[in-house]
Amino acid sequence: MASKQVLKVADFQTEVHNDWCPGCGDFGILRSIQMALAEMQLDPSNVAIVSGIGCSAKTVHYVKTYGVHTLHGRPLPFATGVKLANPGLEVVACGGDGDGLGIGAAHFVNSGRRNVDMLYIIFDNGVYGLTKGQASPTLRLGVKTKSLPAPNMNEGVNPLWLALAAGATWVGRGYSYDIKHLVSLIRQGIEHKGYAFLDVLQPCPTYNNINTKEWFGGEDRKEENEGRPLPRVYKLDAEYDPVVHSWEEIDAKIAQAMTKGREWGDKIPIGVFYKNELVPTYEKRISSRVPNYVSNPPAKQAIADTEGRPVADLTKLLQSLAVN
Amino acid sequence: MTQTPTVNDLAWIVGGAQGSGVDSSATVFARAAAYGGLHVFGNREYYSNIMGEHSYFQVRLSGHPIRSHVDTLNLLATFDAETVFRHARNVTDDGAIIYDPGLAGTKLDDVPTIEARLRADLQTYLVARGLGFTIQDLLKSAEDRGVTLVPVPYTRLLSEVADENHIDQLSKISRMVNMFAVASSFGILGYDYEMMARALRDVFRAKAEVAEMNVRGAKKAYDLVVAKHLAFPYHLEPIDFRGERRVLMTGAQAIGLGKVLGGMRVQTYYPITPASDESEYIEANQIVDSRAPSADPAEEESAVAKEAGSVLVMQTEDEISAVTMAIGAALTGARAATCTSGPGFCLMMEGIGWAGINEVPLVITLYQRAGPSTGMPTRHEQGDLRFALHAGHGDSPRILLASGDFEEAFHDGAKAFNYAERYQTTVIHLVDKAIANSNGTMPTFDPDQVRIDRGEMITDGWSGRDPYKRFAFTESGVSPRAVVGHPGTMFWNTGDEHDEMGHITEDPVLRNLMMEKREKKLELAAREIPEGEKVNFFGDRTAGTVVVSWGSTKGAILDAMDALHAEGIKLGFLQIRLVNPFPVEAVTRALARAKSIVNVEMNFGAHMGGLIRERTGIEPTHQVLKYNGRPMSSTELAAAFRAIAKGNAPRKQVLTYGV
Repeated sequence: MASKQVLKVADFQTEVHNDWCPGCGDFGILRSIQMALAEMQLDPSNVAIVSGIGCSAKTVHYVKTYGVHTLHGRPLPFATGVKLANPGLEVVACGGDGDGLGIGAAHFVNSGRRNVDMLYIIFDNGVYGLTKGQASPTLRLGVKTKSLPAPNMNEGVNPLWLALAAGATWVGRGYSYDIKHLVSLIRQGIEHKGYAFLDVLQPCPTYNNINTKEWFGGEDRKEENEGRPLPRVYKLDAEYDPVVHSWEEIDAKIAQAMTKGREWGDKIPIGVFYKNELVPTYEKRISSRVPNYVSNPPAKQAIADTEGRPVADLTKLLQSLAVN
Repeated sequence: MTQTPTVNDLAWIVGGAQGSGVDSSATVFARAAAYGGLHVFGNREYYSNIMGEHSYFQVRLSGHPIRSHVDTLNLLATFDAETVFRHARNVTDDGAIIYDPGLAGTKLDDVPTIEARLRADLQTYLVARGLGFTIQDLLKSAEDRGVTLVPVPYTRLLSEVADENHIDQLSKISRMVNMFAVASSFGILGYDYEMMARALRDVFRAKAEVAEMNVRGAKKAYDLVVAKHLAFPYHLEPIDFRGERRVLMTGAQAIGLGKVLGGMRVQTYYPITPASDESEYIEANQIVDSRAPSADPAEEESAVAKEAGSVLVMQTEDEISAVTMAIGAALTGARAATCTSGPGFCLMMEGIGWAGINEVPLVITLYQRAGPSTGMPTRHEQGDLRFALHAGHGDSPRILLASGDFEEAFHDGAKAFNYAERYQTTVIHLVDKAIANSNGTMPTFDPDQVRIDRGEMITDGWSGRDPYKRFAFTESGVSPRAVVGHPGTMFWNTGDEHDEMGHITEDPVLRNLMMEKREKKLELAAREIPEGEKVNFFGDRTAGTVVVSWGSTKGAILDAMDALHAEGIKLGFLQIRLVNPFPVEAVTRALARAKSIVNVEMNFGAHMGGLIRERTGIEPTHQVLKYNGRPMSSTELAAAFRAIAKGNAPRKQVLTYGV
């Protein structure tokens, strides 16, 4: 490789025309991803961003790394395949809340069980934007956003709870209008050894007229605060320690994360809710069976010699089936 | 009736409740015979049930290679009542039945797992002979036909073994009745017990004590029978076969071995019958030995090759995840596959479309089984040809290849990846329950015949002046492929229509170019793939009657042809191996001059027959179809072909044999 040069945010930007609505919360997340990658000085050729379907999934086309825009609900299994075939890659999966918690719910649950070392970001706005604003899995019961003909009939699911129950070993929540904080969360999520889940509150300016930027920012509560907005979103403070330091702490730390993760409405916490690096990553579990898995993973194995002859030697296997 | 002895030509069945060890007894029987140089073909039949329902294994033995099962049966080895009730009527008049005399009084009604239809059928049979409804009655009807009855007192033998080995409860060793049944079979067949002892030691190699107890115990059953039935016309004699290295394996093992040799390093799967066997076999052997490379050892790549390889076998949460995870792995350059059966394949449609539009080399091994829906999960069918051909919405190119026997399954397992990478497309390898669960002896595979062709792949960086374009337009339709993680060749994938970089486009001109580019790769495949990999032709090229088929019917067709050849009936047989792109020219040439074209398929809808007509304009004159879940036997195919040759067959014959 050429001599190391310092990568700037611009080095992670493509020239592809961005067709999100003006004021979309996705812009903040996109920017934060690019900033985090630049801050970490990751080699763009060694990063894969894997997305599902929907507005959020277009993110990959705007980031100059390997970009895999997949199927509705499927970023996690695609990303898992990429990462486990080549564990040397940095893999970030992303998608909307409908993508990850509706059609992709099975993968959401099972990714927690696997604990593959990667970050999954949900762009959480409570609506299916690209299909014009239907209620999505995080929209609460009885809420009527403007494109719904009647109030929502389903209760909203709590992504943080679901991630904890599924076994995610790092659980965080960010807000797309607090970029500095979000960059830090993305970085921590990438650096976490294991499966990190990051829920990002992301107002959809076109279809979600309830959970708006103004609502999150508390613009409607100025009277209570002498004319200044009283933001609903607040950061978990230094007192809150999300880290599981020993196996004995697990119950307490999960309970703490669930309690915090339940806050909604007047106070909405963002930050790292839970972090547990005691659980072995899937890569480690594979290595316990295949000792050279990390140094000689599937994508890096030589399978043929220069004349195309297979490198695999089946002698022993064939011998075990031989009758003479 | 005087009998001429039949040496080394036998159809044997062992049956019993699922979970009682029928498989192990069949394995011991088959291995023991194979050690003696006999050729083996085994067909396994079982219910979708863990314990209690009837399962059986037919093992055919012969002095020459055999490729199919037959409807008749010369020796029936039983240790329960149901197996006698189900199979006794099918034993040839000169055959024998090994049974437990303690069960003689068991009534038909005492066996709840026999279906009402079969129960009524048996009752009619027995009533017609003035007999009652017990095992004893049915055995008498067999004996009346000339069948030899071989009572083996299993309980007494078990007691003896228990006493000698200080075992307090018979139930702890009750599974040994399997081996009594096998040993008494070899006893009546006059076969060397040492072969069985060797097979027992092999099957129980992890448990030496159990092996020795079985060796000693089964010998009792052998001794009880041997030399008592000298008039029994079937004999087995060892054959010298030292000149040929031979293996005994199942189709699922053959496919798994082919895939590993062919460089597969990631396999994903969700549990499903009958596909899971392959994944489990690979997982159990996931560390892959590496050959010492013959190339210059100074080369860095050779140093890598010396290191042991491995296959990552991932059990996923569903088949959607299985197919998409395999695609993700393939994007990084690993040869990746998934393996499934009909219901799982249904869930893979979106993945197939995505791999198609993104030109990902993806291999799907599709073990067909009886559908639709759950159908008959453990039973056989070739009912997914049309489905695999059109799976997914829109037009997405794919290559379909179908294996006819164990050897083809092995080679196709490897070759599928060459096609997938060379043409950067999905390859669906069509196999089925019959090939997966059958076993047989065969000359050991020659790995030297396998070559790996990775197609146009960028492996050493990008020095082009323009940015790398993953989907660059080229003459052939194939764009040089870089993989995720390769330095300097950044690209994008999307399930949307896309430009050469991989970014979304809805431009009408680009759309056409991309659709045509993808299809061009199949045209290239059709031109490049040699005819020998597209079709096989067997028998008489000038025959007026040509049989056409695909997949695992091959063995039964060839065995039926051999039988008919002896009767002076000559047939040609066109086996279609490459189903898509369809080998129009080769098929047209083989069928154009035939007076009768007999389409043979293990499905209801005559999928291939329709496809032949669609692609060549030639319509088969006869259909021989079967869809009762049991594979075609050479017996029933010979009968069907004979009727056609004699000119008295209907246009469509439905084969119905099955137990």
